[in-house]
Amino acid sequence: MIFKRPSSSDSAPSDSAVEQMVRSHRLRPLELLPWIVVVGAYFVFPEYLPLGSQILIMILFAISLDLILGYAGIITLGHSALFGVGAYAAGIYALHVTGEPLSGLVVAAVAAGIVGFVSGLVILRTHGLTLLMLTLAITFLIAELANKAGFITGGADGLQGIAMQEIFGQFRFDMFGRTAYVYSAVVLFLVWLFARLLVHSPFGRSLTGIRENVTRMHAIGTPVRKRLVTVYTISAMLAGLAGGLLTHTTQFVGLSVLSFERSGEIVIMLILGGIGRLYGAFVGAAVYMIAQDELAKADPVFWYFWIGLLLVLIVMFARGGILGLVDQALRLVRRKP
Amino acid sequence: MIPALETIGLKKSFGALPVANDINFRLAPGARHALIGPNGAGKTTFINLITGRLEPSAGEIKLGGAEITRLSQSGRVKRGLGRTFQINTLFKGLSVLENVTMAVSERHGAGGDMFRFAGSRRDLVEEAYDLLERLRLGNDALLPVKELPYGKQRLVEIAIALGLRPSVLLLDEPAAGVPSAETEIILNVIENLPGDIAVLIIEHDMDLVFRFAKKITVLVQGAVLVEGTPAEIAADARVREVYLGEHSHG
Ligand SMILES: Nc1ncnc2c1ncn2[C@@H]1O[C@H](COP(=O)(O)OP(=O)(O)OP(=O)(O)O)[C@@H](O)[C@H]1O
Ligand SMILES: [Mg+2]
Repeated sequence: MIFKRPSSSDSAPSDSAVEQMVRSHRLRPLELLPWIVVVGAYFVFPEYLPLGSQILIMILFAISLDLILGYAGIITLGHSALFGVGAYAAGIYALHVTGEPLSGLVVAAVAAGIVGFVSGLVILRTHGLTLLMLTLAITFLIAELANKAGFITGGADGLQGIAMQEIFGQFRFDMFGRTAYVYSAVVLFLVWLFARLLVHSPFGRSLTGIRENVTRMHAIGTPVRKRLVTVYTISAMLAGLAGGLLTHTTQFVGLSVLSFERSGEIVIMLILGGIGRLYGAFVGAAVYMIAQDELAKADPVFWYFWIGLLLVLIVMFARGGILGLVDQALRLVRRKP
Repeated sequence: MIPALETIGLKKSFGALPVANDINFRLAPGARHALIGPNGAGKTTFINLITGRLEPSAGEIKLGGAEITRLSQSGRVKRGLGRTFQINTLFKGLSVLENVTMAVSERHGAGGDMFRFAGSRRDLVEEAYDLLERLRLGNDALLPVKELPYGKQRLVEIAIALGLRPSVLLLDEPAAGVPSAETEIILNVIENLPGDIAVLIIEHDMDLVFRFAKKITVLVQGAVLVEGTPAEIAADARVREVYLGEHSHG
């Protein structure tokens, strides 16, 4: 009985359920809003382009974190290790091999990807607090390594005298930061396309499954650890890309790229915007960086007070971050009529 | 005939407590087999050993004649082993349809695809939906699982396992926690499972066990006490003692 298809029943709900799920990845107009802002900002705020590039790079970094933290549920405080490895790789490559930027980005991504893959193999055997501690430990290890290996990293002085060549041999990095902004925006755009495909792919859905219920994922035959190592490596490559971009656009690498503070900051940005929703990275990084720029001018210490307060409010009252609040507001408005 | 599933001398203990004590067990192809025993007898542990969630300290497990003792959980699923959980183990925030599609995708080896949208595999979504419709869950397909009443969540448990098209299905108290008015729906689903699936069901409700099972194994303190047809088990003095003994304590 149960296993014969009920022939008489109408197929309307079936079509709509299947249809809805099949369409769930279609681009919604709202998803283009960030790009309108990115393009618009170039023309409206020409004097803020250096800050703009920094924001774009942090968005990219936050997207890379969202893949593992928001989607796969891997809680890490060591993401700056991967960002830093990318930044240093790009710097060392520019100094000692060539200042050509695009190959530099590849080097940054690959270097960070290798570190992510190898460390992922080790740390993703664990979870929870152990995993968190291991990510921290790896960050400290790499930061100390960079500090000690002064002959190649410049130690506490950082890597100085990086001279980037023109992009495609055409676009010179200008002093107003125009090229840097467009360069960062284009890379971010490509990463967004890729990340968007990834989170809507069966692979991405399975990450959500692992986050929601790892026991069940094992029981449906998912090679869980392989998926986690894979996404960790991808995330590392994107973080490395962000680090490489920072090197290229600032032409300097300092130890701060590897700092624990940077790991914490990127987690805060993502939580602020909303985790596991791809666009939280955009909102969180932009709001955080702009607020920091404004508030820290007045009093850098006080800035941390405001961030602390904001975090308390978000964690207690708005677990979905700013975008979560927007969602709730939209739902209220829709329910009205 | 090669058993669909077999364990040979299976052992496991938690610290000093033996929970699987030399279990020799055979599940025939297409079987309707029940595993019963008092609380804490080690029934769930037995399933966890078979599926690879737990590692035995000794013994062998064979699926369709092939040894799987060292195989990963996912490797065993790929070879046709499916299970449900005593306590709901679902993707609570995802829709019913997504829950089942997840299993269907993995079965088709599509779960790791990263360069296509999940929605582009309409065939997988449709297969999952068909399954839901057969379990009368079609109208709930888009609801998040956590919004379903508990009885329907138990059905989703089964639907996910069926999405794997298992040759051996292990059901751990499928009606546990379901109000008695709704157990009939679940029993109905179980009774109508395809005949070629070998089913092992753990269940405390004796009416359900005797209605469904052609064969019953009684597990007590990690060891098989007795095995036989429902009539034999019903008449067995030792089984009565175990259950009566439990009653007089509880
Ligand atoms: N991970 C574990 N660590 C330690 N002891 C455990 C663990 N899992 C189960 N046990 C113990 O092993 C024994 C067997 O548990 P199990 O869950 O297999 O029993 P069960 O027969 O399924 O019982 P029930 O009918 O209550 O579901 C119990 O005493 C339980 O407390
Ligand atoms: Mg149990």
